[in-house]
This record gives sequence, C-alpha cells and structure tokens, in this order.
Amino acid sequence: MATVEAAGVSKSYNGRTVLAKLDLAMTDGELICLLGPSGCGKTTLLRIIAGFVTPDAGRVLVAGTDVTALPASARRMGMVFQSYSLFPNMTARDNVRFGPRVGKVPLAEQHKRADRLLEMVGLASHAGKYPHQLSGGQQQRVALARALAVQPQVLLLDEPLSALDAKVRAQLRDEIRRIQRETGVTTVLVTHDQEEALSISDRVAVMNEGRLLQVATPSQIYREPADGFVARFIGAAAVLPGVTEDGKVRVGQIVLHAEAARQHAAGKQVDLFLRPEHVRLEQLNGHMPPDGVAADVGDTTFFGSLTRMRLTLADGQIIWADLPSEQAEQFKPGSRVLARWDAESPRVIPRG
Amino acid sequence: MKRLGVGGWIILALAAVYFIGPLVLTVIFSLWEGRGHYGISAYVTLLQRPNIVRSLVVSVELALATCAALVVLLVPAMVFMNLYAPRLRPLFEFIAALPFVVPAIALVAGLSALFSGPEWLIGTPFYLVIPYFFLALPYAYRAIDVGIRAIDLTTLTEAGQSLGADMGQIIRLIVLPNLRTALVGSTLLTLAVVMGEFTFANVLLFHTFAVLINEVGQNAPTEAAALSTLSFLITWLAMAGVLLAGRRGGVQLSGAR
Repeated sequence: MATVEAAGVSKSYNGRTVLAKLDLAMTDGELICLLGPSGCGKTTLLRIIAGFVTPDAGRVLVAGTDVTALPASARRMGMVFQSYSLFPNMTARDNVRFGPRVGKVPLAEQHKRADRLLEMVGLASHAGKYPHQLSGGQQQRVALARALAVQPQVLLLDEPLSALDAKVRAQLRDEIRRIQRETGVTTVLVTHDQEEALSISDRVAVMNEGRLLQVATPSQIYREPADGFVARFIGAAAVLPGVTEDGKVRVGQIVLHAEAARQHAAGKQVDLFLRPEHVRLEQLNGHMPPDGVAADVGDTTFFGSLTRMRLTLADGQIIWADLPSEQAEQFKPGSRVLARWDAESPRVIPRG
Repeated sequence: MKRLGVGGWIILALAAVYFIGPLVLTVIFSLWEGRGHYGISAYVTLLQRPNIVRSLVVSVELALATCAALVVLLVPAMVFMNLYAPRLRPLFEFIAALPFVVPAIALVAGLSALFSGPEWLIGTPFYLVIPYFFLALPYAYRAIDVGIRAIDLTTLTEAGQSLGADMGQIIRLIVLPNLRTALVGSTLLTLAVVMGEFTFANVLLFHTFAVLINEVGQNAPTEAAALSTLSFLITWLAMAGVLLAGRRGGVQLSGAR
C-alpha cells in the first residue's frame, strides 16, 4: 500500500514516441484506470511501473522512493496479465504460494496465505486443481490471489478481463473492486473498455498518443470531458461541427441551442457534443418550438429497457436518442419527429 | 473413424515388413549355431566377454551426460534467446542445423585440434560429450523449440518476475517443468544418437558400445547379431522408461476450458 508516481516518463520505440513526458500521481489505496484506444501507451506505462520496460527518461516513485532502477522482481508489485499466466505445472494453491515460496516465507505461512486468498476470491474448493481444469474466469481469480500473495505495495492489472465473456467479465469486475477495497492496495488497471473504467475506478486517466488527456473521477470524465477526444471516447455522443452564436451553435443551416456556447466568443469553430440520453422526442404537430429541431427517425437498436434511435437532421447530420423502449415504439422509422434537449445538456468544445 | 481399406492394409503390411523384417532376421541369425542348429550360445559367449558391460555402461553414461549438458546449456540459451533476442532465432536455427552438414570425420579433426585440455577431460571417454552435444543438437533443438513455442514463455517469465523470482528460479520452477514433454523427446533422440554413435568413439579410441558391436562383428558375425539385438532391446527399454517417466505426472498445456 503506497502512493505511486510517474514523473516525466518518456518512452519511444524506433523513433516512435509511445509516452511523451507523462506525469501521473496516485494516492494511497486508490484504484485508477488507464483508459485509451490500443496503441495509446497505457500498457507501456503499466509495464514501466511494473519494471518490465525501462523508460528513456523520467522516474517511477513508490511511496516516495525512486524504483526506476529496480528490476521487476525487486519491486513488490503484484501483476495480473491479459493472457492466462498461471503456471501450468502447478495447482491453484501452488500458484498462489509461488511468490511467498521464492520469497522464503515459512511453509506453514505460505499455505495459510494461499488458502486465505483462494477463499477471498471464492475458489477455496478449487485449490488442488490445475489451471487447465479451471475456466478462464477462475484462472484470472487465481492470478489475482497469486498477485496479492506477495502482499504487494501496488497491484497492476493489465486488461485482466478482456479474454473473458461478458457475463463473467461483469462479475469479476465487481469482485476486483470488492477485493481492492478490502485489501486497500493501490491499483492500476489498464483497459480499453470505457464501461469497465467508469464502473470500477476511483479515477480514470484517459490517454491518447502517449499523453494523458484527463485524470478525473468517472462522473467528471463523463459529464465534463476535457476535450473532444475524451468526449468522443467516453460514452456515445453525436459530434456536430459548427460555429458559435449567442447561446447556440450553427451547424450547417440549422441552429441547435446549447447554453455552453456562451463560454466561447461568437463565430468560433466548435464541436457540439450531444449525448443520446439527453435527447427527447415529441410528435411533430405543425408547430416548431424555438429549442426544437426536426429529425427523421432512422434505424433503431433495442437494448432491453432502452432503445437507441438514429435521427437525421435537415442537412444530413446524425444524432441519437435513447428512449425507454415502450416510449420509443410511438416513433416509427421513416417518420419526422421533433427532437429537443435542455440547453444545459450539450458540451461545446473548441475545434483544433 | 473410417475403416482401413485393402490398399491401406497392403501399405501397412509392406511398411511392417520393411521395418520389422531385418530385425526378425537379425534375431534368427543371432540364434544360428551352424549346420541347422539354433540356440543361445552366441548370447552366452557375448555376455562372457570381459568388456561388454563396461562399454555398455560407458555409452549409457555418455548419453546421460550429453542429455544433462543439453539441459544445462541449451535450454537456458534458448529461453534467453526467445525472451530477449528473438532476432537471433535464424542464427540459432542455422547453428542447430550445422552438425547435419559437417561430416563426422571433419568434426573429429576439428575437435582434436581445438580441445587439447584440460587433462581430466580429454583422457576420459567424457571427452566425447563435446562432439555428442553437437551431434544431438539438431534433434534436441527441434524438440525444445516446439516445447517453448507451446507455452507463453514471456508472460510466464514476467509473472514469475513480478512475484519476486530470479531467472534461475524461473527456469528451474516454471520453464523446465513445463517443457517436460519436450525434454523427454529431446532425451529420447539424444539417447538414440549417442548409443549408436561409432565414428567419433572409434577415431578417438574410446571403447563404447557401438565400437564393441563393430569389433565383434568383424570376427564373430552371430555374436554381432546377438549384440545388435541386445542393444536394440536396451535402447528400446530406455526409451520406454523415459516415455513412462515423462507421462507420469505429465503436464497438460491446454488453455482454459
């Protein structure tokens, strides 16, 4: 349990910059997600913290101590890998007690620790099984127990759920969160799945092209994305390029109202971000209110309780609306409807 | 499964005749006592020869020492190449294939010129472990390479490192046990190569089993046939033993169900 800090960390491979002077500080006991598209440098950052990759510049500090020069085996960091990494020749229990074993912990204590951790991940009854006798989800649980068995200062999770199917993934996600809270170990989780990042983290660090774009709580990231990339990457949103007017954004010939446009000088090139859950639909009855816009209903996607509708505005721009499914049935594909939203809902972010 | 047709049976029978025929004939010849008599006198004389057990022991010892040298030198070298220098793979492949193209007699000449010491090594048959290492290299390399490709060496190594293990512990506790099947294969091939090797031992004047077979064959043909039969049995038993040892507690390398 410790604070972790990456200070001015840079890395490039064959002239291609993977991390560009990146700074990230984590508080003790925090769970932080490194989120970004593949190739954004999130895995490289994790591997630098773990000690598998040496940074070209910068330092890694754990509890205030510089560990940049320490090999991975001396860093006391538990790690769970994306691919199944259990030792195939050992039972679940032997896998879990491997760390204490090479760390010369007395045998009785090794077994005690292994049994306690296997119980914590709900696999006490599977202790004697070999990895090939366990399901993917069970293997990752054992891997988690194994990582915790060294009583790590920091827990590193490299896309631990990406090889699992959706249901197991959600279960194990909640379990990781529970165990992380129980043990209070500072944890870095790498993922490209924004839903996973938002649901599990204390803070999310959104990365792109080797840079940190925003580090904030999940709700801040969702509600107040720092820039266009974050807004686009987190959650579904329509992105409409336009020009600010007074409390509005002109997109082509149509004018969409957005209170946030007032934050910028009139005539500025901006992107307007509109989340589907903010869009309401009404039947068109000849009268067009000033805050509404006409839209043609296109394809719909049924998500159970919600239905997502694709809407085409007058000059071909696309927005989406998420409606409760029973309400969505009133709006037939091909019909023209009235789309409205609260003026406070859209985000307006300068372009460029 | 489809049943074997007539054509299939014919091919199988031909293959069986081709492989088993010489063996059966050797056994029959080893039992021939002249003038239509058959018996085990060739075996009796053979086993009464003073140096038979000694030469057999020497060959088995050499085979085991060669296997050990391969495990100690080749496995770590291949592990490090795969982990840290995968670009060297073509070079490894090339070196591993070299013994196939260099004639044994050239190897002997080179070896004697190159190694003139230390005294404790060149005076003993264990000197032969050096050329035998190279003779067995192509087979052992192939077998171990297949084994290493079957496991996720990088992830297993990094997992070991993150748990605090050093490279020695990783190789001993993780890599070797998971290469068991590959090591069994490499041991079998090495055994077969070393047990039958004649040129080096003969040129360097060491009395191995193969040299003995040749010697016996020059003046006592039925005894030589008996010796071949015995050597076949011994090698076969050794291989069966290694196979069984490898299978017991063997590791399954399949992924998650």
